[in-house]
Amino acid sequence: MITIKGLEKWFEQLHVLKGIDLIVNPSEVVVIIGASGSGKSTLLRCINFLEKFQKGEVFIEGKVVNQQDEKMINEMRSHVGMVFQHFNLFPHMSVLHNVIEGPTQVKGMCKEEAIEIGRYYLDKVGLIDKENAYPSMLSGGQKQRVAIARALAMEPSAILFDEPTSALDPELVGEVLLVMKNLAKDGMTMVIVTHEMGFAREVADRVVYMDEGVIVEQGTPQQVFDSPQKERTQSFLSRVR
Amino acid sequence: MTYDFKALMDFFPYFLPAAWLTIVVSFFGIVLGVVLGLLTAFARISSKPVFNLPARFYIFVIRGTPLLLQILFLYYSLRSIFNFEAMTSAIVALGVHNGAYIAEIFRGAIQSIAVGQMEAARSLGMTYRKAILRIVLPQAFKRAIPSLGNQFIIALKDSSLASAITIKELLLKAQQLGASNFKMMEMLTIAAFFYLFYTSIFTWLFHKIETKLSVSGSA
Repeated sequence: MITIKGLEKWFEQLHVLKGIDLIVNPSEVVVIIGASGSGKSTLLRCINFLEKFQKGEVFIEGKVVNQQDEKMINEMRSHVGMVFQHFNLFPHMSVLHNVIEGPTQVKGMCKEEAIEIGRYYLDKVGLIDKENAYPSMLSGGQKQRVAIARALAMEPSAILFDEPTSALDPELVGEVLLVMKNLAKDGMTMVIVTHEMGFAREVADRVVYMDEGVIVEQGTPQQVFDSPQKERTQSFLSRVR
Repeated sequence: MTYDFKALMDFFPYFLPAAWLTIVVSFFGIVLGVVLGLLTAFARISSKPVFNLPARFYIFVIRGTPLLLQILFLYYSLRSIFNFEAMTSAIVALGVHNGAYIAEIFRGAIQSIAVGQMEAARSLGMTYRKAILRIVLPQAFKRAIPSLGNQFIIALKDSSLASAITIKELLLKAQQLGASNFKMMEMLTIAAFFYLFYTSIFTWLFHKIETKLSVSGSA
């Protein structure tokens, strides 16, 4: 589904990704954990080309994406959804409008069809009764669920989650994680950057631990959480527990 | 010297054509200013020097020189090159002047829209153009409205400087009538009344727009 080969990225002098190789299989849930500054969010943003990288290749559905080719990037993005830490809903549009903006503007879908799809996914995240509300009227958890519905409405083959619960009040985290769990159950391919270790253990097919721009260790949640092989992983896990 | 209240009523009708001219000069000046301002704002934001250097230079020159000088300069140059009438020159001058200020208002508003908005739009697969038009600009416009309203009021009052190039708008009318009937203060009062009337309408209108937009949700 997503294949990353030898990816390297610098911010000016700062070498943030030092050769990342990662394969995400269809219907797999990959959770990336690591301290802040480890490069995990940058990696996620590189997969969607929100960040340009200097070396390496990203394959989406078997095709290598040319970073210079805006058209190809746009096409690829319509297949890979993204959910952000700060939701980034469009504040000047109603909830339903947020959700159908992609299908109508990017896929050229007619409004009636997009509304039908939009309502389906709003229902899926439990917010069908909020379709006419504006983002400013929603709680953080509701905003993030709308953002997930917005990504889903594009009917992507994978969704990237960039710390989707980090900006939420603790009592609102659960509702977002629940939606994500259901997505995983439905077989959605997901790459999730998160600090929610309990969630990672429960939902991940594979946990990837990153530190200082490299993948230190990866494996099933049991392998990584219960018997980490590398010392760096052990010390990270002991700090977050 | 006594203040002749009766003259206020008597001479009021004489001001109507001038009052209309003030509206015409201001209206077209503002429209031209908004168009120039929007184009310049995008040129100014552009990372390409071909666009942003001329935009910077334009803003630098206009903000650094007096409007009266700009009006006179454009009046003489446009007359000798294109044989423009004073009226056209006045509108061009007001438009060019306001364009620079409005460009800065739009630039500020566009840049104040969080990067995340552009990223969210692009992550859906939207083109840069579409993201600007559908996601960034509508929000930027809304954010620019208070400053725009302020600038429009300034533009309206600045139209009085067109009197320097023979446009018989409110101020020149007041001066001409005052010079012949020796009731200068009264004539200036009538002109002031019109300006206050116009600016009140602007203020009211923009207040309406602001409240209406704030109802339809913000950040």
